[in-house]
Amino acid sequence: MPLNIKQLVDYVDKNDWPFTQGHRLCPGCNAPMVAKWATLTAKALGYEPVVGAATGCLEVSTTIYPFTAWNVPYIHNAFENVAATITGAEAAYRSLVNRGKVDNKKVKFIAFAGDGGTYDIGLQALSGAIERGHDFVYVLYDNEGYMNTGNQRSGSTPTGADSTTEPVGKAKAGKLQFKKSIVDIIAGHEGVYAATASTSEPMDFMKKMEKALEFEGPAFIAVLAPCVRFWRIPESSGPEMTKLAVETKYWPLWEYFMGEYKVTKKPRNFKPVSDYVTKLGRFNKLLKRDDSAEVIEEMQKYVNAKWDRLLALEEISKDKPLRTKI
Amino acid sequence: MPNKLAVTGAKAVAIAMKQINPDVVAAYPITPQTPIVQYYADFVADGLVDTVMVPVESEHSAMSAVVGSAAAGARTMTATAANGLALMTEIVYIAASYRLPVVMPIVNRALSGPINIHCDHSDAMLVRDSGWLQLFCEDHQEAYDMTLIATKISEKDDVLLPTMVNLDGFITSHGVDIFEPLDDGIVKDFVGKWEPKYPLLNIEKPVTLGSLDLFDYYYEHHMQQEAAMKKAYELLPEVFEEFEKISGRKYDFLDLYKMEDAEYVMVVLNSTASTAKYVVDELRDKGIKAGLLKPWVFTPFPKKEIKEALNGKKAVVVLDRAMSFGKEAPLYSLVKSALYDAEQKPKMGSYIYGLGGRDVTTHQLHDAFEDAINDKLELNEQKYLGLRD
Repeated sequence: MPLNIKQLVDYVDKNDWPFTQGHRLCPGCNAPMVAKWATLTAKALGYEPVVGAATGCLEVSTTIYPFTAWNVPYIHNAFENVAATITGAEAAYRSLVNRGKVDNKKVKFIAFAGDGGTYDIGLQALSGAIERGHDFVYVLYDNEGYMNTGNQRSGSTPTGADSTTEPVGKAKAGKLQFKKSIVDIIAGHEGVYAATASTSEPMDFMKKMEKALEFEGPAFIAVLAPCVRFWRIPESSGPEMTKLAVETKYWPLWEYFMGEYKVTKKPRNFKPVSDYVTKLGRFNKLLKRDDSAEVIEEMQKYVNAKWDRLLALEEISKDKPLRTKI
Repeated sequence: MPNKLAVTGAKAVAIAMKQINPDVVAAYPITPQTPIVQYYADFVADGLVDTVMVPVESEHSAMSAVVGSAAAGARTMTATAANGLALMTEIVYIAASYRLPVVMPIVNRALSGPINIHCDHSDAMLVRDSGWLQLFCEDHQEAYDMTLIATKISEKDDVLLPTMVNLDGFITSHGVDIFEPLDDGIVKDFVGKWEPKYPLLNIEKPVTLGSLDLFDYYYEHHMQQEAAMKKAYELLPEVFEEFEKISGRKYDFLDLYKMEDAEYVMVVLNSTASTAKYVVDELRDKGIKAGLLKPWVFTPFPKKEIKEALNGKKAVVVLDRAMSFGKEAPLYSLVKSALYDAEQKPKMGSYIYGLGGRDVTTHQLHDAFEDAINDKLELNEQKYLGLRD
């Protein structure tokens, strides 16, 4: 049953939010939206979420001892191991249910991590957890950098963005590499549900979250979620920027299910990627350089090719799953 | 169970684990620990235990999954060695600070580099300040017994600290020896049921575990870990006594061999104690009053017991199978510090031996005793047994 607005309203009318206010994330941060929507979706559908978090903004700002913004069971272990930690809890749940020590209560394990803990240091643990087929949902809030340590580059930082470990300078236009295509890496595990989402499309995200929760196996959702501070954008503009990211093909919305690709939003008209780049202050230094047009041109070619490729993948994989079991 | 089994030390440990039948075992293979988890995987595959086994992709993830599982409320175990333990170390500290009563056999092996797969204690010494209890085992029987004892002490209400059970790589893990297992039912009663107080899986009372612990609480939480360590020191004798009741085997903080009237004492951990006992007997045959002190418990370090045992002895040689570069060897420095306020301080000597699996001979141990007997000990000089010129 697809989750509808009425169910959500009913839930928040009658219950505490699973992720509450009172946390200390920056004004305008998009990470709490992701945490709130993900846990709310689970609760409204009757699941009991047990949450794991990787070290990062969301973690440090929501659990400053002795306070907590979490109304559901929550565990943080370290930076690179949220996938392993949550799968340990999931294994414990299976074992304790088997042995009759814990009631079978539709418990669902959700891991939250930023891009540093996912694209970089946490990739191994995540890959292992997915390969082992644990039943959990991994939600990545992708702000494209190490933000709570002060805007360092990550494997997700886009070309030309200014970061403190690869700044745009006189000799070099910041980070020269493209960002990793994390959902393709996850899709490479094959027995998985994986999707992109954006803070500009909450209903799309919740629908994907529902699919991820229903899937009895590993699921992964990458949500583009701006850090307003280091993206150098107005506090109120996070979702507006991610909307542009979708409209410019910078961040296409698509999903993968056991081998089948599906593009979940196909805008009729696309905007040029320069519309997105010029709105974000983190590209200001790039835009002042003589080679900025070339960098943007490269980016445009890349997003076009990526989009065409996605459509082709959708076409060739339609009704042709690679696997029927994890 | 038959009265006696002739198996490898790894299998003896795996049998103890099988009888405990933990809820979850998460593990990654590493020589010479691998046979423990292999035997355990066989038990799972054959349906002899109903443990959920999580064969992770690295030791870092093994310890991370152990933390997730133990926090969820499951009785959880893993095992490792050397570089595996080094890779886990970040999370080894976290497991102790979350007060998770995990049991982990460590099959002691040299740390890289250069790479070496054989026995020494550099791995155990790497994590000596991590907040885990550390038990050391001379042979198969002790490795089996201590695995059961570890489960009991870790889960004591006021302790709730993880425990490492150390056994020597290859020497104990792969050598075949006779040991006496207890009956399944007796083990089951001894370890009892594990009932966690604040499990993550209690949906009705959600807990937040692993908060950001800033300058206003971190310090106090560390003091609580220290208090738990003191409690473990208090409660260990009770657990040893309970174990003696079911097994007839008596353990204590220290294994004291011919120490009553000893004048020259050797202090050593794990399997080398067997060789040392043989050497003590040889010296005794010659009328020399030799003795051996082997700590079963290394953390919490039994300072008082060591002082009592060594006060008034003529000379003490401490043998370390690990180095602390630029400082005194770990066991030596602790024994020396335990004797600081002894009324009659013995002469002391520090000896490094057996690094990277270098063979330990009776001749070497005789050499150390000879120095003690001939008054040739140097308090502040580290000597090396069996080192090639």
